[in-house]
This record gives sequence, C-alpha cells and structure tokens, in this order.
Amino acid sequence: MHSYARYLLRRLGQFALVVFIGINLSFVITHSTPIDPVEQTISAATSFGSTSPEAIAMMRQSLRELYGLQGGIGEQYLAFWKRVAVFDFGPSLSAFPTPVSDLIWRALPWTAGLLFVSTTITWVVGNLLGGLAGYLRDSRALRFAGVLVMGFHPIPYYIVAFVLLIVFGYLWPVLPITGGAQMNMARGFNTSFVLSVLQHSILPVLSLVMVGLGGWFMGMRSLVSNIVNEDYVVYAELGGVAPSKILGAYVMRNTLVPQVTGLAMSLGGIFNGAIITEQVFGYPGIGSLLVDAVHAGDYSLVLGLTSVSIVAVSVAVLLIDMLYPFLDPRVKLAN
Amino acid sequence: MWKVLRDLLRHNRGFAIGVALLSFVLAIALLSFVSPYSPLDSYVVPPDLPPCWPYVLGTTSRGQDVFWTLTFAIRNTLLFGFLVALLSRLLSLTIGLVAGYAGGVVDRALMSLNDTFIVIPLFPILVLFYFVMRDRMSWVSLALVMACLGWAYDARLIRSVAMSLRTREFTETGIFSGMSMPRILVEEHLPYVLPIVFSTTMNNINWSIGLEVTLSVLGFTDINTPTIGVMIYWANQHTALVAGIWWWIAFPVLLVVITFIGLFLLAVSMNEFIDPRGRLGRGAP
Repeated sequence: MHSYARYLLRRLGQFALVVFIGINLSFVITHSTPIDPVEQTISAATSFGSTSPEAIAMMRQSLRELYGLQGGIGEQYLAFWKRVAVFDFGPSLSAFPTPVSDLIWRALPWTAGLLFVSTTITWVVGNLLGGLAGYLRDSRALRFAGVLVMGFHPIPYYIVAFVLLIVFGYLWPVLPITGGAQMNMARGFNTSFVLSVLQHSILPVLSLVMVGLGGWFMGMRSLVSNIVNEDYVVYAELGGVAPSKILGAYVMRNTLVPQVTGLAMSLGGIFNGAIITEQVFGYPGIGSLLVDAVHAGDYSLVLGLTSVSIVAVSVAVLLIDMLYPFLDPRVKLAN
Repeated sequence: MWKVLRDLLRHNRGFAIGVALLSFVLAIALLSFVSPYSPLDSYVVPPDLPPCWPYVLGTTSRGQDVFWTLTFAIRNTLLFGFLVALLSRLLSLTIGLVAGYAGGVVDRALMSLNDTFIVIPLFPILVLFYFVMRDRMSWVSLALVMACLGWAYDARLIRSVAMSLRTREFTETGIFSGMSMPRILVEEHLPYVLPIVFSTTMNNINWSIGLEVTLSVLGFTDINTPTIGVMIYWANQHTALVAGIWWWIAFPVLLVVITFIGLFLLAVSMNEFIDPRGRLGRGAP
C-alpha cells in the first residue's frame, strides 16, 4: 500500500504539471495576441449605428473587468488562475447573462457520455478483434476485417463523420442526424427520452468507433503475434490447454498493460475527435458549444471551454493511471 | 538505401500501394503549376456544371473548375503537412535523442514535459489560437504552433531507440575517445534513428493534414488560400449538398482520403520493416 501511495503521489504531480502547463498555455496565447479582444467586441457591438462616447467608455471598462484584463500582467495572471480554480469565467457574451459555467455544465454530460461509450466500445472491440487476428493468423475473415478497420483509421474524424452524415442523412435517412435527443421531448429518466438519446447517439458513436478501431486493432495484433511465440504459450498449447483459455489468461492479460498505457496517451486525440464529431452532428456537447462560441466571438466561453477541456482530459488520464498498478504491480516499484 | 527501397517495393505490398497512391497525389499536386486558372479567381467558368468535358470534375458555385482548384488545394495541403512535420521533427529528434542519451534527471524532466504535451487536448488550444489571431493568422504561424504542439508522441519513440543505443559499445567507445554529446548524437545515433523518423514523419503529416482539414472546414484558418479543408468549407458555405453539387465535396474528400491511406501505408510498412520480427512473422522472404 505504501508503494501505491508513492505511485499515486507521482501521478498527482504529473497531473498538476499537465494542468499547470495547459492553463499557462491558454494564458500565453490569449495575452500575446496583437488583437485586443475588448476592442474587437466593442467594434462588433457598435458597428450598427452610433453610440455615445460615454457608453463606449463604460463598455470598455466593464469588458475589461469581464475578460480579466485589468491591471498589470502579474495581476491578470493571478486573477486568471483564481477564475480557473473557482471555475467562474463570468457571464457568456453570446448567451448573456447566463454564466459560462452554466453553459459548460449543461454541455459536459453529453460529451462525457459520448466519449465514455465510444471509447469503451472502441477499446474493447478493437483489442478483441486485434487479439483474435494476432492469434488466428490464417483466418481470412479476420484479415478482411483488419483491412477494413485499418482503412478507416488514418482518415480524420471530420471526414468520416461527414460521410456518415451524408449516407444516413440524405441517401438512406433512417437515423437522426442532429441533436442529442428529440426536440421538445420531456427530459428525465423515462424510457422514451432514454431511447431517443440512444438513437441520436448512434451516428456520433459509430463515426468515433470506425476511426478508432484501427489503432487498437493494429497494436493488439502486433503485441499478440509477438507473444504467441513465447515459451509459456507454446508450452500451454503443447500441454493441451484450451485455446480460449490461452488467449484469455495467457496472451491477452499480458497485452492489456501496454494497451492501457496507449489508452491514456490517446485520450487527448479521442477528445479532439469527439468534439469535432459533435459539431458535425449538432450533438449538444462541448464541441458544438466551442465552435458556436468562436463564431459568436464569445471570449469568456472559449477560454472557459479550453480550460475545462484541459482539466477534463487530465483527470481522465489520472483516473486511468490510478488503475494501472492493479494491472501491472511492477509499475509501483519502477522509478 | 536505394537497395532497401527497391526491396521494400518488391516484397512489401503495403509499401508498393502506398508509393503508388502517393505518386498519384503528388502528380496531381504538380499539375497545379500548369493550371490555366489562378486559384484566387472566381467565376472564370460557368458555375455548377456536373463533370463533363472540358471540366472533368465539374465546376463549383463560385465558377471555379473543381479539378484545377483541387490541384492547388492538394499542393497547399501537402506543403503545409510537410512544413509541420519538418519543424516538429527538429523538436522531437532533439528532445528524444537528448532524453534517451542523458538519462537520469534530464530524462525524467523531459519525459514529464513530453507526457504533458501528449495529454493536453490540442484542438481547443488551436481553436483558441485562431480565436485570438483571427485574420492575422497565416499558414506559417499555424504550422509553427502545430509543430510546437505535435512533437510529443514521436519524441518518446525516438527516446526509446536512443536509450538502447546508449548501452551499445560504439557509444562507449565514442565517449572514451572524447566525442562531445552533440557529436555522438548526430554522427553515431542519428543514422539508427532515421527509419523511425521516416515512419513518424508520415504519421505526423497525416496528423497535421487531418487537423488542417478539420480547422479549415470549420472556417478556423485563412480561408482565402485553397486547401482541401477550405474547399470543403466553401462548399458548405454554398450549401453544395443541398443544391445537389456533390462533386464539389466528393472529389476533395476522395483525394485527401487517398493521401491519408497512402501515407499511412508507407508509415506502417516502414514500421514493419524496422522491426525484423514483424517481417519474419508475416512469412516475408
């Protein structure tokens, strides 16, 4: 238990470092631009007619306060960190006066659900298929499945989502292509709402899964093909252990470790893919919110979403890291 | 090296297909230099024509020939991908080799930094970058930012090779002869690392083109320069699908998918080549 505590401490340190660097990166980007967001917003707001200079001065003052741009750079830095810690980015401009955190909290469950479901399906199915393909080298069906799955892997998420949108929206319209659930339906845990949510999530999940399967398939297949030549596997085969038991207990169990590492490392990329897919299908998660916020010029919302994304992905990676020693106890001892 | 490439072409079907696909794409990109229309002109041909002669891939709603615009688009997209991959190679090679060679505290510090950049979700940060730069954002600045964010994964691979090289005898000999660390890294270790660098370059080009297409389709880049993503952006702006002008979207998507698959096949076959056990496992001669 002592070594697990030490491991946990190291992982927490890494988590803190990621969040620190990520948020600092956001700060540097937003404060090293040649464009003043206050002036940008004011020019957008006053472009449709004349406004009195006093009104403009008041706008400038309140916008500076809103965006946290008062005072010297040091004060701005501290104020920024305070906001992130308390998770209060002020009211959103495009949905005034709703606070930014409210908008984000509304969108976050959709993204989290989409991510969780699609990542689980992709990881499990990809590893299973890859493991079978690596073990049963001569199966034509598995080889064909491999070609199919690896064919989709290099294509970016946007294009796959777009193609699915066209296929299921225009050519064969059997699935809903926008929204998280049917509009104007009563929300809650009643069956019709849950069914509607599931139905609307089929296409986004499908597009994420199609792209993601290839990576796990390839990795698992190469890992398994290396392990099947190991002595203990050959001994088990000669000893008459059932193939399913060999595959499950001997082979796959050992390949889980690098695959879990791979999962932690690719969560950032999967997150990127999820928010892009959301934008294509109008799924009410962080992705759609981010794109709409950029188009509306909503500074606080974009900043809030970026910070939330960084923290959310770091937390997910931390959770996976915490489960890691249970799979491979040697990790606790490693320095 | 040419012998290696020739062998790969002959025996590794994935490599051969990848080279064929990429040559096709490169040929189309090179055709942009003989294009009769400038990429920024619009309404030079009758708009909204389906594929016919002489407009082999049809025309767009902005009066541009899809085929010739596509040549410019794929050329710019490929150039962007190469630029990002090149810049991020410098970073990942430096950090990977130094971390693998030095070991100890330096290695741990660099790897903590590396893991940070692997975990951080890049898309929100790039969107933030566009948001604050708006019209001032150029392709070069976007390439610089992406290169500074996209070196992490490959640096780790290079580091693992560098760590194994560190323990080899010729490295010890080099140290005892008084070679400085940079000289050892460049003269002794770099040739071993090059095959991995090649395959990671292909992957990196894929990644950067994918990100560029995604950002451009959402309108988050300089939409006046034709690239694949920008073409799709304008097609969406003119609601091409609703208007039935499917060729405006289909052909850029098709061409970029061919590019991705070609690069991917090259990277995978190179990886298989690097790991000899993979070659034996596949029953290759």
